[in-house]
Amino acid sequence: MSHKRIRVVLAKPGLDGHDQGAKVVVRAMRDAGFEVIYTGLRQTPEQVARIALEEDADVIALSSMVGAHLSFCRRLKPLLEEAGLADKLWVIGGNLPAQDHAELRALGFEGIFPTSSRLDAICDYIKAKVQ
Amino acid sequence: MKRDPTPDLPPRLNESGLAIQPLYTAEDLEASGGLAMLGRPGEYPFTRGIHALMYRKQPWTMRQYTGFGNAADTNARFKYLIANGQTGLNVAFDLPTQCGLDSDDPQSEGEVGRVGMAIDTLRDVEIAFDGIDLEKITVSLTINGAAAIMIAMYLAMAEKRGYDVRKLRGTAQNDILKEFIGRGTWIFPVEPSMRLVGDTIEYCAKHAPKYSPVSVCGYHIRESGATPTQEMAYAFCIAKAYADEVIRRGLPVDEFAGRLSYNFNIFGNIFEQVAKFRAGRGLWAKIMKEQYGATQPGSMWLRMIAGGGGGGLTAEQPENNIVRGAYYALISALSGAQTMALCCFDEAYTIPSEYAQRLSLRTMQLLIEEMGLTDTADPLGGSFYVETLTNRMRDEMERIMAEVDADGGIVRQVAEGRVQSQVSAQAYRRQRDIESGALRKVGINCYRSDEAEPERAVEFHPYNEADARAQIAAFARVRAGRDAAAVAQALARVSADARAGANLMPAVVEAVKAYASVGEITQEMVKVFGRYREPVRF
Repeated sequence: MSHKRIRVVLAKPGLDGHDQGAKVVVRAMRDAGFEVIYTGLRQTPEQVARIALEEDADVIALSSMVGAHLSFCRRLKPLLEEAGLADKLWVIGGNLPAQDHAELRALGFEGIFPTSSRLDAICDYIKAKVQ
Repeated sequence: MKRDPTPDLPPRLNESGLAIQPLYTAEDLEASGGLAMLGRPGEYPFTRGIHALMYRKQPWTMRQYTGFGNAADTNARFKYLIANGQTGLNVAFDLPTQCGLDSDDPQSEGEVGRVGMAIDTLRDVEIAFDGIDLEKITVSLTINGAAAIMIAMYLAMAEKRGYDVRKLRGTAQNDILKEFIGRGTWIFPVEPSMRLVGDTIEYCAKHAPKYSPVSVCGYHIRESGATPTQEMAYAFCIAKAYADEVIRRGLPVDEFAGRLSYNFNIFGNIFEQVAKFRAGRGLWAKIMKEQYGATQPGSMWLRMIAGGGGGGLTAEQPENNIVRGAYYALISALSGAQTMALCCFDEAYTIPSEYAQRLSLRTMQLLIEEMGLTDTADPLGGSFYVETLTNRMRDEMERIMAEVDADGGIVRQVAEGRVQSQVSAQAYRRQRDIESGALRKVGINCYRSDEAEPERAVEFHPYNEADARAQIAAFARVRAGRDAAAVAQALARVSADARAGANLMPAVVEAVKAYASVGEITQEMVKVFGRYREPVRF
């Protein structure tokens, strides 16, 4: 009966200081029953990969508002793969223009949640993918 | 006995949590404290405005937030806006600059020139303001963690151009406490960060007395989830913390308080916003007079830039943002702001286009030229509703401030992450309310037009990796051409003065004049101060 709780590492990549959305999503995930490790601001790709590994994350989530998502994800992808986290669910939310979605998907970010995504939609997606 | 004419109506609360009646009369106003805090424009307690003639004498300054790419790109956009009637500049820096990193730092990868212009050395600042008359056009620098360095660069640039720094006007945001709450461009721990704010205020009071070294921002606290009354109350707590820091150093209040300014947000209920500013003006004057013993009227003035409204804009149906922006500008004018900036309609998803920025300027110009907003001071003064709400909101702000003071004070609350936790919990509730439809948002939870809306070809601000490489190359050229011994000596003085507890500004000014970079100077300070560690608290 006892399902292991879904563990999410939610990171703020790079120098982006807009954390209102990320913190709102953390709260929504906790209310949905997930265990969420929020990294805080200024995470490098190396830090995100290390924390995801150490925390035994089922889900690696990024929140990016400043447009630097592609350059960050291109650097993060090989590090997550190296850490053996390729089979985990990678999701990203934030200010993500539609024309970037194909490349994000190609980089392994299967769940893409642009601003104005509903909180329940994010949590339901993760539940469906992880359980 | 007062008779409630509408006993069956469900209660309606504004965002600050105050119940709004369907009608206001003289009795309601009297019960809220009457007109005791009203006065006349230009007279204590300045509820009606800080100047007697307000916009009749001079309309608000128009100062759109602008900056991207390198200094030359930004200089061109500055000149475009000035040619279109803008009367001030509001400078956006890229994130590496704001975080005290050079363009060639590994942490800057992908971020150079992205959300603002890249500045490495004084050379970039010289290019950014080239050909702009700094006496006619006042410049506001949106910089916080690295503010001491950027103020030094701005003053050094002006001095090189032959301006008398003692007469130079301008503003730096330099409000680090709110960066810990929202926006996030902190560098050093809380204590040395407070010291740096104190250093800049003290230095400017002595060397650049017309310069405004701090613009305390309720704006970003509101964006992070604060209510309108919390926005003002937290901003005042923060301003008091800065004032206390310099008073502790022996600077009399009237020697610096007149140069403190504010940056506030506008979105939501029109009357709540207007009452917020009127209430805030009276409260700040009262605080400065009664708690700090200020005697100069200028020390009691709540000088403010008000507008923005980023939190009110939506990525859905972005044209609605043009209309929202027009209402926000109207609110700002009705509230007696000194300066106005509007978020552009495309700003919910990109760096504003030239077209969108011109539209924001035109929005303000329409109010001035066609709508009569500059004819008379405080046009809503005397309204039973607005005056009652002004009184109630002032009481609420005082209550929140007392609560903060009773619970360790704002510096401690921020350092422990408690304000952050409070506003983030509110932001979460607000988002849930929007998603449930309890809080109405046009285009999101009502009046959606999914089918009718064509797949829009949205125009995005292009980001060019080649520009970042060019910036790094230009920085390398400056580095190769400067006097290395002078740089090394100036940098050594920065860390020495940091260690000695001296005011850091003279050393920073010397370093920027030697063309030491933002990253190099920051690094010297980090050696002594260390870096901030964010308290993650929910």
